[in-house]
Amino acid sequence: MAFLSYLIGGLGLGSVYAIIALGYSMVYGIAKMLNFAHGDVIMVGAFVAYFALSSFGLPTIVALILSVVACTVLGIVVEKLAYKPLRGASSLSVLITAIGVSYFLQNAAMLMWGTDTKIFPTILEGTLTIGELSIPYLTLLTILSCIVIMVVLTMFINKTKTGRAMRACSEDKGAASLMGINVNQIISITFAIGSGLAAIAAVLLCATYPSVYPTLGSMPGIKAFTAAVLGGIGSIPGAFLGGLLLGVIENLARAYISTQLSDAIVFMVLIVILLIKPTGLLGKKVNVKV
Amino acid sequence: MLKIENLVVRYGMIEAIKGISFHVDDGEIVTLIGSNGAGKTTTMHAISGLLKPAGGSITLDGKDLIKTPSHKIVTDGLAQVPEGRRVFAEQSVKENLLLGAYFRKDKQEIEKDLAYVYDLFPRLKEREKQLAGTLSGGEQQMLAMGRALMSRPKILLLDEPSMGLSPLLVKEIFRIIQDINKRGTTILLVEQNAKMALGIADRAYVLETGKIVLEGTGEELAASERVRKAYLGG
Repeated sequence: MAFLSYLIGGLGLGSVYAIIALGYSMVYGIAKMLNFAHGDVIMVGAFVAYFALSSFGLPTIVALILSVVACTVLGIVVEKLAYKPLRGASSLSVLITAIGVSYFLQNAAMLMWGTDTKIFPTILEGTLTIGELSIPYLTLLTILSCIVIMVVLTMFINKTKTGRAMRACSEDKGAASLMGINVNQIISITFAIGSGLAAIAAVLLCATYPSVYPTLGSMPGIKAFTAAVLGGIGSIPGAFLGGLLLGVIENLARAYISTQLSDAIVFMVLIVILLIKPTGLLGKKVNVKV
Repeated sequence: MLKIENLVVRYGMIEAIKGISFHVDDGEIVTLIGSNGAGKTTTMHAISGLLKPAGGSITLDGKDLIKTPSHKIVTDGLAQVPEGRRVFAEQSVKENLLLGAYFRKDKQEIEKDLAYVYDLFPRLKEREKQLAGTLSGGEQQMLAMGRALMSRPKILLLDEPSMGLSPLLVKEIFRIIQDINKRGTTILLVEQNAKMALGIADRAYVLETGKIVLEGTGEELAASERVRKAYLGG
């Protein structure tokens, strides 16, 4: 029974990683860049939700919507100001810029909101009890949110015109432009979606681990990046699978091996999988036909 | 219709196109021939906006294409079939074709053009649901051409359509190019296969290291001593 409850807890944690990883993976798939500031967008989303809930006493759903709107706008603005001028620059310059944006956001948050840890209010209490097994409703909500996001996003990417355009941009931006697709606009949309998802992840994460502070996005950001790479970066099902797997491994390692070593074990798994399958679990081998 | 004047394109310090001028009139098939590295693809990319020229002008029916954002050029009626086809390998044949009509809103007319493309290339109809990456080279060429036609262009730019294809398939592709032209689309064709290109062209230009060195009708150039020596194997 204990195992099952650790497993479900892991799936809950993994769902948060998966939602964040989707943002990493989509941006990488389309803009071909690693947005290391993605974790800090989560932090901003967490602060916005925190203030909406604690300072203004707004209902949870309103706080969530405000957080999503704020992060979406932040994502678009960061892309326009920091990354767009570097289109065509070497990927190293873009990477360094992303790290710069990350530090900028963290320090801006410290200036504006202080360095002390704030306690995120409880948004969902209670547990579902089946026999000996008890699962917090929050865990169920987190897993459910992740599944809904995954399904909606997959349908959006595969069935809509904008989704087709996004897939076209991820394969070949020049050819996409020849089709009349506004590549800059598609990149903007991608950042908007990724950042909006980060806000949802922020609220779910802080509801489970209720501390809000300026560097709160770093660790989940790195873990989600690991999840994206584990699943095969650029692949949406890969991000989903990688996130869930990472959450489960982390939770089981914490329960059965060592709390201190759980992070080390997570990253070790990543190293081992990349040694065996460098493109990640669902990553594609790049085939070029001449 | 399409007019290029004193076009200059640079890659860093290297001047790849050194001030060329040519034009394509309504209803014509015009070909630009030249060997590897002469600047044919560079010229094509400059016209379709994938490269920003350093100087000169490119106009389509009087409209300045250099000032037009690259994704808007196709909406002005100029479509390009790029070198190496560049089909979207992970999307189906039909999805590729619909991407060709991406900017259009006229659903019924898009259906008509889809039927037209399937009529030109029955093979694409058979493989409608297959991923483009699984097609043979010849089929990918057909798909790239069909995809460009889906924008219902006034002028179609074709960059090396014969590349990597068997002689039989090259013949087939060139027959279809003539067919497309007869149905009212102007063609600008860039080719290393000078013999085939000159055979169907109304007019032709010879490009050598970034300059136009000869021009004339397809027949004139096919008969020219210089072209025969350099491009037609004697």
